Amino acid sequence: MSTYSVSDATAAAAPRAAITFADLSGSYGVGLAASLAWLAFGLSCLYWPDVGDWSRTGSLGIGAIVIAAFILFGTFSADYLGNAGQALRKRAPWLVAFGAFVTLWEVATAKFAWLPLPFFPPPQAILEVYTDDLPKLLDSVFASIKLQLGGYVIGATVGFITGVSIGWSQKIGYWVHPVLRFIGPLPATAWLPIAFFTFPSSWSASTFLIALATGFPVTVLTWSGVASVSSAYYDVARTLGARPSFLVLKVAIPAALPHVFVGLFMGLGSSFAVLVVAEMIGVKAGLGWYLQWAQGWAAYANMYAALIVMSLLCSGAITLLFRTRDRLLVWQKGVVKW
Amino acid sequence: MVVQSTAEAITYPAVGAELDIEGVSHAFDIDGATLPVLDNVNLSIAPGEFVALLGPSGCGKSTLLRLVAGLEKPRAGSLREDEARITGPHPSRVVVFQDPTLFPWRTVWDNVALGLEAQGILKAQRHRVDAVIELVGLSSFRNAYPHQLSGGMAQRVALARALVNDPKILVLDEPLGKLDSLTRIAMQSELVALWQRKGFTTLLVTHDVEEALVLANRVIVLSDRPARIKADIAVGRPYPRHRGDPYLAELRKQILGLLGLEATW
Ligand SMILES: Nc1ncnc2c1ncn2[C@@H]1O[C@H](COP(=O)(O)OP(=O)(O)OP(=O)(O)O)[C@@H](O)[C@H]1O
Ligand SMILES: [Mg+2]
Repeated sequence: MSTYSVSDATAAAAPRAAITFADLSGSYGVGLAASLAWLAFGLSCLYWPDVGDWSRTGSLGIGAIVIAAFILFGTFSADYLGNAGQALRKRAPWLVAFGAFVTLWEVATAKFAWLPLPFFPPPQAILEVYTDDLPKLLDSVFASIKLQLGGYVIGATVGFITGVSIGWSQKIGYWVHPVLRFIGPLPATAWLPIAFFTFPSSWSASTFLIALATGFPVTVLTWSGVASVSSAYYDVARTLGARPSFLVLKVAIPAALPHVFVGLFMGLGSSFAVLVVAEMIGVKAGLGWYLQWAQGWAAYANMYAALIVMSLLCSGAITLLFRTRDRLLVWQKGVVKW
Repeated sequence: MVVQSTAEAITYPAVGAELDIEGVSHAFDIDGATLPVLDNVNLSIAPGEFVALLGPSGCGKSTLLRLVAGLEKPRAGSLREDEARITGPHPSRVVVFQDPTLFPWRTVWDNVALGLEAQGILKAQRHRVDAVIELVGLSSFRNAYPHQLSGGMAQRVALARALVNDPKILVLDEPLGKLDSLTRIAMQSELVALWQRKGFTTLLVTHDVEEALVLANRVIVLSDRPARIKADIAVGRPYPRHRGDPYLAELRKQILGLLGLEATW
């Protein structure tokens, strides 16, 4: 093994021959509990009969038992599994909580209907959506990503360039600043009715709105970032022979980058909101539209399934943004980990 | 009062530029009031000369250096480098500021390379960056970021960033202020060796009278704000100088007297 860490060292130092009672109540104990929680979930699926008609109960129960077996195996061989083993150990408490949660959910919905059906579908109903309605769901995911990505990239680029320009040049600031103050604070969704009949297609209208929602925070934060760069940096660069283009590209922009990322993060949040609303109202594709469609058919399981996917996508996008930031801003100390 | 000691004839290499400061006055506007900072400063520095500026805190030393760098225009008077009026910054006059002001997003190497990069000659001159980093003893930190450096190391990087440009006039604003006394003494000898080898004109601001006497050909003592030249003292001793030299001790006493600190020497 090429990586060597403190935890490896302590693990290697501990005698491995026998698993003692102390181990069971310690790190092994949590893993064992996680395994039991998932076993309970699997058995709860298989033991009681369903109150409704769901086709995936059996496979879900078997799947849960397989997961329980994996957790059990992983727990007792974590020392030999390297990073994966450590990761499992770290997440074991969460696996306990999550296993208990799905068990409770299963029992409260599919088995005894403590929660009113169909508003609270059981886990197997959601699994059924992922297996049986996959093509439509995937189409929606791709449509959403395409729309979001296009609008976001356009908005972020325009916002960045505008922010740098008004932060750098007072003349440009004189003209752009009032426009920004007038249009910026307006929620992008307020443009929806106008955008949908002035733009040639609902797709281009939505792209415009997403770009607008992204552009405003990116512009403002880039601008404030550029404006707050210490003049000492410019002094140093100028005495070393820097021309204005160097001052903008190699001093102002790198110094403003931490602010720019705050803007990109805020823009991501507000553009998600616009994306979903635009898809629900105008665009006949995407996860927002899928939600709308599921509601029309009272297909509650589909709504939950789509919501879960949407949450994973949004979270993934933010993770990607933070990773990029961490890569670009390694020189900063103490940045927040997402 | 201008005190003049006997100076030995010293010949300077030809690289350095002449610096003339003629009748320079400067002031700042703070809350509508005018704060005079420099008052009719006249100073002529020969090519290759090493001049130290001493004065009370807040008297206007850094301000004078900013004028020499061309970062600000004086309210009155003129500054000239080799007879050409100084109207803006130029890489032939490089400043090491009081605060190291390293660019936090650049590694040590990239910080040092800044000047060559800004002038568009980095590609052909990369070895100069390596050499000067070696000179200040930071080769093993070339890829470190400024927040990973100590205060003294940061000042050495700032010094390297200036030296790499082969300036005609090197302007130093307390560049060794944050160093411990041992590193400080080592860097002082390094600075003298470098100055003797390269022959640039040097203008050094310092709070340390001994440092001024060990390093400079001439020591200029400034008055309280607004700064006026109180004394212009030639230090006629060859290099390397010894701290215990009675001649330097006598000058030190004289300068401390000018700064109003007779009792402390
Ligand atoms: N940009 C500025 N705006 C207004 N006042 C300034 C500015 N820069 C300097 N001053 C004032 O000018 C005076 C001289 O400042 P300067 O930095 O030149 O002092 P100094 O001699 O270098 O002091 P020190 O030895 O403490 O560094 C101070 O009173 C300071 O308040
Ligand atoms: Mg100063």
